Amino acid sequence: MTTTEERLTEFVDNDQKPVGYGRMLRKEDPRFIRGLGHYCDDIQLPGMLHMAILRSPVAHARIVRVDTSAAEAHPKVKAVVTGATLAEKGLAWMPTLSNDVQAVLATDKVRFQGQEVAFVVAEDRYSARDALELIEVEYDILAPVVDARRALDPDMPVIRDDLEGKTDNHCFDWETGDEAATNAVFESADVVVSQDIVYPRVHPAPMETCGCVADYERVAGKLTLWTTSQAPHAHRTVYALVSGLPEHKIRVISPDIGGGFGNKVPIYPGYVCAIVASLVLGKPVKWMEDRSENLTSTGFARDYIMRGEIAATKEGKILAIRTNVLADHGAFNGTAAPMKYPAGFFGVFTGSYDLEAAYCKMTAVYTNKAPGGVAYACSFRITEAVYLVERIVDCLAYQLEMDPVELRLKNFIKPEQFPYTTKTGWIYDSGEYETAMRLALEMAGYDELRAEQMEKRARGELMGIGVAFFTEAVGAGPRKNMDILGLGMADGCELRIHPTGKAVVRLSVMSQGQGHETTFAQIVAEEIGIPPADIQVVNGDTDQTPFGLGTYGSRSTPVSGAAAALVARKVRDKAQIIASGMLEVSVTDLEWQKGSFNVKGDPSKSVTIQDIAMKAHGAGDLPEGVEGGLEAQICYNPENLTYPFGAYICVVDVDPGTAEVKVRRFVAVDDCGTRINPMIIEGQIHGGLTDGVGMALMEMIAFDEDGNCLGASLMDYLIPTALEVPDWETGHTVTPSPHHPIGAKGVGESATVGSPPAIVNAVVDALKPFGVRHADMPLTPSRVWDAMQGHPTPSV
Amino acid sequence: MQVSLTVNGEEVSEEIEGRLLLVHFLRDQLGLTGTHWGCDTSNCGTCVVWMDGEPVKSCTVLAAMAGGREVRTVEGLEQNGELDPVQQGFMECHGLQCGFCTPGMMMTARALLDRNPDPSEQEIREAISGQICRCTGYATIVRSIRWAAVHESAVSIGGRP
Repeated sequence: MTTTEERLTEFVDNDQKPVGYGRMLRKEDPRFIRGLGHYCDDIQLPGMLHMAILRSPVAHARIVRVDTSAAEAHPKVKAVVTGATLAEKGLAWMPTLSNDVQAVLATDKVRFQGQEVAFVVAEDRYSARDALELIEVEYDILAPVVDARRALDPDMPVIRDDLEGKTDNHCFDWETGDEAATNAVFESADVVVSQDIVYPRVHPAPMETCGCVADYERVAGKLTLWTTSQAPHAHRTVYALVSGLPEHKIRVISPDIGGGFGNKVPIYPGYVCAIVASLVLGKPVKWMEDRSENLTSTGFARDYIMRGEIAATKEGKILAIRTNVLADHGAFNGTAAPMKYPAGFFGVFTGSYDLEAAYCKMTAVYTNKAPGGVAYACSFRITEAVYLVERIVDCLAYQLEMDPVELRLKNFIKPEQFPYTTKTGWIYDSGEYETAMRLALEMAGYDELRAEQMEKRARGELMGIGVAFFTEAVGAGPRKNMDILGLGMADGCELRIHPTGKAVVRLSVMSQGQGHETTFAQIVAEEIGIPPADIQVVNGDTDQTPFGLGTYGSRSTPVSGAAAALVARKVRDKAQIIASGMLEVSVTDLEWQKGSFNVKGDPSKSVTIQDIAMKAHGAGDLPEGVEGGLEAQICYNPENLTYPFGAYICVVDVDPGTAEVKVRRFVAVDDCGTRINPMIIEGQIHGGLTDGVGMALMEMIAFDEDGNCLGASLMDYLIPTALEVPDWETGHTVTPSPHHPIGAKGVGESATVGSPPAIVNAVVDALKPFGVRHADMPLTPSRVWDAMQGHPTPSV
Repeated sequence: MQVSLTVNGEEVSEEIEGRLLLVHFLRDQLGLTGTHWGCDTSNCGTCVVWMDGEPVKSCTVLAAMAGGREVRTVEGLEQNGELDPVQQGFMECHGLQCGFCTPGMMMTARALLDRNPDPSEQEIREAISGQICRCTGYATIVRSIRWAAVHESAVSIGGRP
């Protein structure tokens, strides 16, 4: 048997000459399995100091007095900084990714429990924490705004009195679709079903919390920031704009990241504080948040209170969907989404169905809770959209007494309708929905499951079968309408072939575990014919990679993957010219054979890409007009998003005595277009399905009436373990994206989007004998029990 | 205070604060950063190491409590340049993505296989149920540990795989 390192050069299901795609083991794994990953908290620099943050214990209060004298007197403390100190430097507030502002350290008021109030820098991490306890803060407690439904009541305190002229807690309004046309369809429809649906606040809680090491070198005037960032380039630009440091004097490095899930997209006050501390002290400063800080203060997800309405004929033809959403954005609008999309891509709430009309109206409010909103593999709020449509379609099936599969099949957008423009203006690129649905039915044995369910119901056992079908819109995005803080969402890529025919490819996106070092080597390999093992992938260092907006919203393969393929083609074009000189034929007489150029009709006359690389760097003339070297750089601007889809079937058993839900089986059929590494794709799906079990059954960030966070530790915020999830059953279809250079679509968030409705639909289906049409997540035993008693718990 | 213990077979004697957690002792003082920290409450298990052959969560063990004991970390899994079958299994079966929970998972897996060389899927799930992975959905971790079980029995019959 070969060694693990040798296995990296093999393809498990591919024994041909160098090609890119196939199940290949990951190039990053040899370091991880030895404990040699290099995460932020692993960084130790000479003279490094440690920072800790004092946070507000209350949700809403005016700061009367902060006394730091005792903390400053601590022998190991180097600095104590408050909001007032930062305000003197004009650094007390910073922009959010949605053009709101957020306090770096509170100056006037604290606006959520866990908000940053002061920080301490000390010689070691324990002393920094000790000193936090020596800071005295006097708070004048204010009434908090906890329930988003009451945020706009006239008697509510105004949270954002920092904003000039602000007299209420209104954040923004947004709408999409045609209201009049939709109302008209509803008025004449045979059947209208309306359902209140809450997608509760949850948290991505990556295993590695957020943190950084800031190192400002005074002589060079250069700041190096190692940080848990999914978007190092975007962060660098924002730091330049906020700090006034010139951008070429800022180097942001994302080392290995222990999971992101959108939690590591925003810029958090802690990063800015560490930078300030290093600038002031001239020493490297490390800040790593603890788990409670992560759960209480960093980017949450969801928190949409929705009313879904669906209009249909009595035969089950869906005509229109109308929805009204109240969005809880917390104390600052920290949404990380393209600027023109304040509700992310919620506009795809029409799902996978061919409708006559659709309309959504949304109101977003401020509350005394942590900011965030777009995170936890949500594909910019598509999670919420898909949950709404797949729940409301099931409600319609319930009303019509129709099988939920039959109802979906009747209403799918047909293959010949693609590209399909939805009633909210999204152009779906390609889809074969019925094929995917039928494969899932076959894998699950759907008819047999229904028969089993009937038998069990007769015996009083509660078995549920849930179906969900999703379409996502991923790969933000076309620069004509997508940017974050004015930065276009394109991605750069640079490929350099060394003289010996080995290569380095530099990406603007950043892995948090998705396996970019492997997948991108495979993409380039497929195009340029160099084995993936001979291609080094560099990501995460702004000094070493071209500009681009980073990894989130499943955008790496759709955007950066396209860039990698196109830059390789650009290099190949140059290689072809050099090859024509080497073989003394015209360029058009050559054909590409995945790794070599042959003279057409005479395969014996051939040069490999390695030969060409040496020629490009070697002595002797090159064809006229050709520069030496073999490298290229591009910036890829996607022409559209890509639209992966999938059919999910979940089987649950509900204990009639305890109301505990057990996910017995889960069948997931995904279509992400061209598949680069099936092993990695399967891993992405598995992880997302597990997220779905968490959200559907366990996870919620709840608050008490005083605004205290009730999910502030992993004892209180429950995440699935190996015992709560089944062995996943995955399948796939392949419908390439017509506009993507290699036909690939994003896949990282598909399962997180598609699985919660499948699981909830299954639980509700199990509870059908009790007349239950809907129950809100998380479907904990107590909530399921309440639903069985006929009074589902209203979600908060 | 002074603490003396064995870490991955080597004797170590260090001056420590009495309150120092074992996880921070290993990471910050000895530079063994393969052991990770993920919560404060013994829930996530990314900090699992062995103490006298038993998996423990090193975020809730004081370094002082490890005095006189034998600690083994992920860095001690590879022996004489040979990967442990558990390490190979995780790579072969895609048992990791971000790699953060992986060292703790592998230490628990090794302990399980030492006690039960042929664990069922359910036994594996129970063994790792004190640990959280946010990336893999666990199925590939279960497969990785099964891979190690199968290939270890090959070792005992006919040499290393």
